[in-house]
Amino acid sequence: MSALPTPAAPGRRARRLRDLRRTGAAGENPKAGESPNAGENPKAGESPATAASRVPATGRARRLRENLVAYLFLSAALICFALFAWYPIVRGVLLGFQQVTFAQPAEWVGLDNFRRLFADPLFATAWRNTGYFTLLALVFGFAAPFVTAVVLNELRRGQSYLRLTVYLPVMLPPIVTMLLWRWFYDPGPGLFNNVLGVLHLPAQQWLESEHLAMISLVLVSTWANMGTTTLIYLAALGGIPGELYEAAELDGASIRRRLWHVTIPQVRFILLITLLLQVIGTMQVFVEPFVLTGGGPDDATVTILLLLYRYAFVYNDFGLASAMSTLLFVVLGLFAGLYLRLTRTKD
Amino acid sequence: MDGITRRRALLLSTALVASLGLTACAGTPAPAGDKAGGVVTITVNGMPAKTQAADRKDFEELVKQFEAAHPKIKIDAREGQMDPKTFAAKLAGGQLEDVYYVYFTDPAGLIQRKQGADITPYLADVPYLSDIRPELQKVFKDKEGKTYGLPTGNYSMGLVYNRELFRKAGLDPDKPPTTWEEVRAAAKKISELGEDTVGYADYSKNNQGGWHLTSWLYSMGGEVATEENGKWKAAFDSDAGRKALHTLHDMRWTDKSMGTRQLLEIGDVQKMMGSGKLGMYMAGPDNIPTIVKQFERKYEEFGLAALPGTATLGGGDGFMFNPKATPEKIKAGLQWVQWKYLNPDREEENVTKFSGLGVPIGLPQPNLFGGAAQQKIDAIHVAHANVPQENYKPFVDRSPQVEVKVEPPNAQQIYTVLDGVMQSVLTKEDADIDTLLEQAAARTDTILATVK
Repeated sequence: MSALPTPAAPGRRARRLRDLRRTGAAGENPKAGESPNAGENPKAGESPATAASRVPATGRARRLRENLVAYLFLSAALICFALFAWYPIVRGVLLGFQQVTFAQPAEWVGLDNFRRLFADPLFATAWRNTGYFTLLALVFGFAAPFVTAVVLNELRRGQSYLRLTVYLPVMLPPIVTMLLWRWFYDPGPGLFNNVLGVLHLPAQQWLESEHLAMISLVLVSTWANMGTTTLIYLAALGGIPGELYEAAELDGASIRRRLWHVTIPQVRFILLITLLLQVIGTMQVFVEPFVLTGGGPDDATVTILLLLYRYAFVYNDFGLASAMSTLLFVVLGLFAGLYLRLTRTKD
Repeated sequence: MDGITRRRALLLSTALVASLGLTACAGTPAPAGDKAGGVVTITVNGMPAKTQAADRKDFEELVKQFEAAHPKIKIDAREGQMDPKTFAAKLAGGQLEDVYYVYFTDPAGLIQRKQGADITPYLADVPYLSDIRPELQKVFKDKEGKTYGLPTGNYSMGLVYNRELFRKAGLDPDKPPTTWEEVRAAAKKISELGEDTVGYADYSKNNQGGWHLTSWLYSMGGEVATEENGKWKAAFDSDAGRKALHTLHDMRWTDKSMGTRQLLEIGDVQKMMGSGKLGMYMAGPDNIPTIVKQFERKYEEFGLAALPGTATLGGGDGFMFNPKATPEKIKAGLQWVQWKYLNPDREEENVTKFSGLGVPIGLPQPNLFGGAAQQKIDAIHVAHANVPQENYKPFVDRSPQVEVKVEPPNAQQIYTVLDGVMQSVLTKEDADIDTLLEQAAARTDTILATVK
């Protein structure tokens, strides 16, 4: 899992890797985690400019000529990216340092928006709540799909039907999911309290209780999103060589030991990646609190994006909202960086 | 660009959500050339959606009539009203209409951010301006007395109630409660009917809890915020505040007359009223046609009472003008707004036409004018009424004794704080009202410190 030198890194080893990539030769033992034919499969996210910079100067013109059409096609995507992804991001960061009304030229206010942000008592609450949501989402949302995938993988019959069932919630529009769960949670005629009633258990204030509200939101979110993660795990589980299990069985390993010593080590990398993606995804939780609780009760479910939404669209304060999103951007950027580093190493 | 995967770019762009996406379209120049042969074309919004076929057709007809009467003005009508989610984007992108619809909650902020045009110089030519109630005009004025818009609708909060449930609960639907004690008692009786019937419901989500708590505070003789030496301070940590919250708390937890489901907003409560499961809720007269239309009920089923106490919260809507609009456009826009919305001369004609089309005539509000102009309009409405006037008598009769107060400054931010107070009282049986008020007041003081 150790990191590779970056393409720009000088030295013999870098040159050797470069050659390896270009020729696709598998003569030498590549570093752990490095696939020998990485050169033919440019790493995800590597821009053509970087790839070209590795080629000696004399070959560069030739390569450029050869790949002109490819670059033309690529440029359309890059322009779109610049216009619709990067320009808004840069503008957004700048907005964080401005007071904007859109009626007049923006006014530079330095760190004023950030100062106001820190002064808002809800700011800390929102980060705390979001952290709590992320943590709960990891407890529920991380374990549930994995367990489901392992169970599904063990099934001999009805697997495709159950796969579809597990994936079905992902296909529902979020607002439909929310309205459905709102009925589940309804303290009066709702499904959950009716079930509890049948079991002679006391009815719960699912969304109205400070202590239960966030957990209720995490349950909705987990239910709605676990289909995708389950599929990823199923794919990973399907890729584990059967011989490993056979060998383990010959050694007399129990199901639990096979899971612990074969399955989990084999899908360790996928687990790590989904963990990171989950952190990044759940930190942006918005629809659930927006539709179900509006941030209540007593601010118990105010999340970062919900607060950001309020700044922007309720108070019309885009400077404040942008400052907030810049902070979130930085934090998520750290996770995204970690994700990139890991996926790069794996390649 | 090294190392930018598609996923990362997606992540990053979603991380910044809509607030940043908005800016992408900034900087588009405003459309030029509003004059062609001396004709001014103005864009206006407030046109009913295609789904409201009858209203839409009527609007289009009125546009034609207006254009015929004003050959130098062309109206380019657009659907929709003021939507805070798109307002800034439209303004930034040069897409904001020349004449745009606003709620009374918006003008103060829009004026402060200079997102509306100063129309003071053009007001001299507006007929009936002096007849429009000054307290409504004030909503569109800044501290120096400059005007930025005109009111075209208003409401004040009363109690909408289900007459049938009143009858069932042994209450007289013609004599609705006039004090909070009576409201509480009536709510209890109605909720005792069983079958998930709720006596009284109130909002506590998405700033609507704070909005209604403000009305509660006013009706208890309190204030949300007061100004002293040019500085605003929270004023709800008071006897009125405690009284309002204790009443709500007792209704929710002691009487159990507010149902179990909380964190409600306007749509939820209207649905409860529309399904015949709710006895009373706090609302303006304009809620009645909404419920009747949306849930296919009859006007006869609902009554309207004034809010108990000495004061209530009032609000409404009106039109403001694009800060980038030319003087010609503003002048033309003013003519449109006055002709369409503030025109006692056209009332008779309008009402005659609408009364047959199912448009409710004879609701107690809006009352835009004062004195003779309003009396003239009222007489026309009574003559053509197609909704049961007697059902609104409790509201109309007591209205003169109930002062209508406007919203506090930075209303939306304060409502967010008060939402929390409302939520605590309605979801926690052991809510500590004194602490709640104290903490909310401290937070509100920070918000009010930014009022300029």
